[in-house]
Amino acid sequence: MHAVVCIKQVPDTTEVRIDPKTGTLDRRGVPNIVNPEDLHALEAALEFRDRFGGRVTVLTMGPNFAASALRECLALGADEGVLLTDRRFAAADTFATTYALWSAIQKIEKERGPVDVVLTGRYALDGDTGQVGPGLARRLRVPLLSYVTAIEEVDFEAKRIVVQRHIEGAVVTLESRLPAVLTCSADLNQVRYASLPALLAAQQAQVTAWSVDDVGADPEQCGLKGSPTIVSKSFVPEPRTDTCRLFEGEPAEAAASLVDFLIAEHRIPGFEPVGAKEA
Amino acid sequence: MAIRFDAVIVGGGPAGLSAALVLAQAGVKVAVIERGDYAGAKNMFGGVIYHEPTDWVVPGFASEAPLERRIGHHEYWFLDERSALKIAYEDAAWREKPNAWSVMRAKFDAWFAGKVEKAGAQVITQTTVVDLLRDGRTIRGVVTSRPEGEVEAPLVLIAQGVNALLVEKAGLGRDWRADEVVLGVKEVIQLPKGAIEERFGLTEGEGTAVEMLGGEATAGLMGSAFLYTNSDTVSIGTAVLLSHLREQGENPNRLLERIKAHPSVAPLLKGGEMREYSAHLIPEGGYRAMPRLYGNGVLVAGDSAAMVNAVTMEGTDLAMVSGKLAGETMLEALEKGDFTERTLSRYRDRLEDSFVFRDLKQFSRVGTFFADNRQYFDFYPRLANGVARQLFTVDLRPKAEHVRGLLDQIRGRRSLWRIGMDLVRGWRALA
Repeated sequence: MHAVVCIKQVPDTTEVRIDPKTGTLDRRGVPNIVNPEDLHALEAALEFRDRFGGRVTVLTMGPNFAASALRECLALGADEGVLLTDRRFAAADTFATTYALWSAIQKIEKERGPVDVVLTGRYALDGDTGQVGPGLARRLRVPLLSYVTAIEEVDFEAKRIVVQRHIEGAVVTLESRLPAVLTCSADLNQVRYASLPALLAAQQAQVTAWSVDDVGADPEQCGLKGSPTIVSKSFVPEPRTDTCRLFEGEPAEAAASLVDFLIAEHRIPGFEPVGAKEA
Repeated sequence: MAIRFDAVIVGGGPAGLSAALVLAQAGVKVAVIERGDYAGAKNMFGGVIYHEPTDWVVPGFASEAPLERRIGHHEYWFLDERSALKIAYEDAAWREKPNAWSVMRAKFDAWFAGKVEKAGAQVITQTTVVDLLRDGRTIRGVVTSRPEGEVEAPLVLIAQGVNALLVEKAGLGRDWRADEVVLGVKEVIQLPKGAIEERFGLTEGEGTAVEMLGGEATAGLMGSAFLYTNSDTVSIGTAVLLSHLREQGENPNRLLERIKAHPSVAPLLKGGEMREYSAHLIPEGGYRAMPRLYGNGVLVAGDSAAMVNAVTMEGTDLAMVSGKLAGETMLEALEKGDFTERTLSRYRDRLEDSFVFRDLKQFSRVGTFFADNRQYFDFYPRLANGVARQLFTVDLRPKAEHVRGLLDQIRGRRSLWRIGMDLVRGWRALA
């Protein structure tokens, strides 16, 4: 079994605020963390390895300090951390990021052996797009299993997997062939706690750093150059003021008044006011 | 296979990091174990550190550490209901030779940990030390919360802050009593750009530190309120003796709201936006509340050892100095290869020679004295305001009537004889 887990280092958005003037994130003094759902993807990969043996390779793209995110994954038990780092990768949108990660996965397959499954989080806390996982599946020409909340069966010999996906209002059970790309939700599992020896070893561990040339990527398709997305404007919504109406009285009475109000004010078709009882 | 270090430091605060710096710079294999996500993550301190003790521990810190403002003014305010008598000191000499800085310790400690790491110490975060490894009466390592989490080391420094569970486990002391800890609550309030300079009469980069005393600050309980200026925020809070809060059923949040609404404070905070709210215990029991500071293979520094000067509001600098002295003692022990009390007792000798112990000894009676004599936190601040009010108010009455008015205020509340005694006893407690 060989799993590749794609992770992203993100600012801990619980501590980030937005500069209302520039509309950009104020990252001063905000700690960087591994995108939380990516850790669940890693945990799923580690559970595969616990059961079947094999190898877990963690992949990320980012500046040099993103190595600390890979070290956190190594502490949890990943076999290798690969950092795509190169100025030419910088300012990539999800399209260019997908291209870069795909290029690296090609190299990983060639040099570390065939990849049975690619896992990642549903989306990153900072960008919130959820596009890189699906993009990878497209480029790798393998099935996409997004929003995975449970893995029911997996057989790497027979190359098949059965997962539960959480979609709006329903849970879908899907069987798929492998290799596939899984985007994982936090409900999937509980992330393990690194042992102290593993943590210490990871702090000293080296990560594999690859440049654009190392992965044989086309520089024109990387970073800003390879990004079709243009952020034309970002802004913080103006706080709005509105009137708030409180329906008072006995619960049944208040509810009736509320229903009447909604029907009258919003002209809900097919409904006639019930008429609140006289007090 | 057990993990081994020459020294383990429990807690990545100023005490622990100061010790780690000494050891790492001497090439000792030292680990700092911090339970927070990063050093400083669990810290709520937004206050003042003093330049010289800090520089003694980390030479040249001022040019690289994340500092908020150079404190140019120190003020004491005595609050009455709608008035404040202010004593302020400012010193232009501090521009050339800084005396104190406001810092946010969450940032400062993170910087300090980075420095210690660069010096060669291993900083292990998100890891809680839950117990000690013992061999009879000798401590020989720690047990952490992680799987396979034992760490062996001939030297362990307990610098885990006020909640020093390990001090008890090491048999060096007991938990604090409620009259030995102060509960601090604090808000960090962001002000519009330029507002701090304008409202506090400061030049750019210069800050002020205000301590507030009086019934309006602490509802007559032992403690004080404080206000410090940071880069673009102010820290405002109260710190009140826990046993007094309990006896009085007083809620510290209510006290803080009252101070924020005081007419001398409210205009300073106007238009501000609350950024952080936090609460923490401060061990202010002083010299008498101190645990035993060393045992075989173990030492205690900083808040864990009650190294807080409640009179002068110092804590971080005492933590750093005690940490450095602990580090030096640990180094000596490693050189001698003797980790018993015999060598580690040198830590206490070093502290005795330093200002840390001299100050704490001098003020050792202050805590209990003032805790039992609440008039200093209620009656006298009001009286001082009353005097000032009579002094500065000009109306159609002759001045003699003003004096009489003042005496009427005192009469029936406290005899002149007792006031005289309070002055003498208060002075004795401090001097």
